[in-house]
Formats: sequence, structure tokens, C-alpha cells
Amino acid sequence: MAKFRIAVHITPRKGLLDPQGNAVRDALRTLGFKAVKDVHVGRYIIVETDAYDALTAEDTVTDMCAKLLANPVTEDFEIESAVPA
Amino acid sequence: MKFGIVTFPGSNCDYDAFQAITEIIGEEATYLWHKDHDLKGSDVIILPGGFSYGDYLRAGAIARFSPIMQDVVAHAKAGGPVLAICNGFQIACEAGLLPGALMRNSHLQFVSAEVRIRVENDDTMFTNLYDRGEILRMPVAHGDGRYVASPDVLDQLEAEGRVVFKYVDAAGDIGADANPNGSERNIAGIISEAGNVLGLMPHPERACSPLLGSNDGVRLLESILARVAA
Repeated sequence: MAKFRIAVHITPRKGLLDPQGNAVRDALRTLGFKAVKDVHVGRYIIVETDAYDALTAEDTVTDMCAKLLANPVTEDFEIESAVPA
Repeated sequence: MKFGIVTFPGSNCDYDAFQAITEIIGEEATYLWHKDHDLKGSDVIILPGGFSYGDYLRAGAIARFSPIMQDVVAHAKAGGPVLAICNGFQIACEAGLLPGALMRNSHLQFVSAEVRIRVENDDTMFTNLYDRGEILRMPVAHGDGRYVASPDVLDQLEAEGRVVFKYVDAAGDIGADANPNGSERNIAGIISEAGNVLGLMPHPERACSPLLGSNDGVRLLESILARVAA
């Protein structure tokens, strides 16, 4: 077993109203960043886990996302490649 | 009839529910601790309002994994009544007892106010003492109350009469002004496919006395008695 570190990005499901993202987008425009088209606010989660190899660690974290870390109704997730922790 | 009220760390409407059951409708109530695996012979389970586990990750996401929830889900799957109020509604959705999810209010503000809801279906375990189209006044207090589901699921809920309450204005009309949180189609409460789980954001247990501004919630609790005893 080795220890791996995997970063998870969770974002609001595309097409669903994202009031938080819209509020940040509007604030950026008010600040003068007129070219801003869209902003989405999500969560960034770092998981450290023991696993036999990187692939197994990634599979495990994908399972974690499906079962708890992301809401399947409202959120999308992406995981980064596992790196040794 | 015995009502079991689950207390999670962060629940804050469990006592309101207890008081409504014991003092207003005069039935037996008991608290159920989230770490236990014991429904103590309860006929009806109430998942109360509050901020279980500090709303960490997402409202209701962690509470769903409390030991007692395995027993609550088994109770629901066996047809046992579950009344899921506010944070309880969020937990019930996370636990898969009800479809959809509750997201951050569209205006991003916590809303604590009295709202009007219209009874859309009076032939349920929870609404049989109301009339369809009747307008009820109940308080809401939540930051994550915007009901969302896919258009297919929303259509199905409406077609099957499972949208039980909708937010309306004083005239009883559905409009954006009457919607306190941006819920899809002004949905305030839904029931499960089998009809034994009700999830709603408004608080019937806090609308049980004219002294508190409304007693429109009493008949919801009494409806359960009428149906379950029958």
C-alpha cells in the first residue's frame, strides 16, 4: 500500500441556476472586469488515501464522489490524477 | 400513536416538533438519537429542521449517514410515514427517500418569514384534512430551500400529484413574487412515490397555535393520525 493524494473539483451542474456564481460574476464586472462571461463557484476537496496504486486510488475517489462528495442531482465532479502523498 | 423525532447534532426544531405532537395534538412523542439504531417502536418518524452537522459539505449530506438513518430508510421502505421538515427535507433528498435536491436560495439570503402555500393534493396521508386549493400560512427559515430536479422528474411529480404544496401569493396565485427561494415551479413540498414520505421546507410544527401567528399546521399532523389509524 502507498499513500496517494487526489484533488477533486466539484461544480454546479451546467445549466442549473448558480446564484453564487452569478453574484461573483456581477461583482467582477462592477470591479471593471467587463469581459467576464461566466463564473461558477464550487468546492475543491483534497483526499489522501492508501491504495495499491494510483489507478485504484482514483477509482476509490470517484466512488467517494458518487456516494458523498458530490450531489448527483445538482453537481458535476472531476478528479485529478493521483500523486504520491 | 407514537411519533419518533430524530435529533441530529445541529437539529433545532426537534423540540418544536415534540411540543406540537404532545401538547397540540395530544399524541405520544419520543426523541431518537442519531447514533442509535432504535426507532423505539415509533409509528411515524419526524426528521426535524435545523442545521445537522453544520450543513457541512451540503445541507443534509452528512446526516444521511447517521446510524439512525438506516432504520429510518427501512421504516420508509416498509411504508412507514416519514415527515421531513426543512433540514429534514434536505436529509430525505440526500438519502434518496425523495427525488431532487435543495440548493442555495436564488437570492443568496437566508429567508425567515411567513409564507403562503397552496394545497395541491388533499388525498395524501399528510393532507387529507385540508381542501385542495386551500391556502395555508406557515413560517420558513432556511438558506438552502430552492427545490430542483430535472424537468422530467418535475413533470412526473406533477403528473402523479406528488407536488403537495406550492408557494403562492395572498391571492393564491403562483408567481415569482410568492416564491421565497427560487424553487422550481414554486414547489414547497413533495411526497414519495408510495406517498408515505413528505418533505417540505415550511414548518407545520411551528404553525400550531394562533399565538404563534397560525395554526394551519395542526391539520397536517392530524391528517397523519386520521390516515394511519384508519
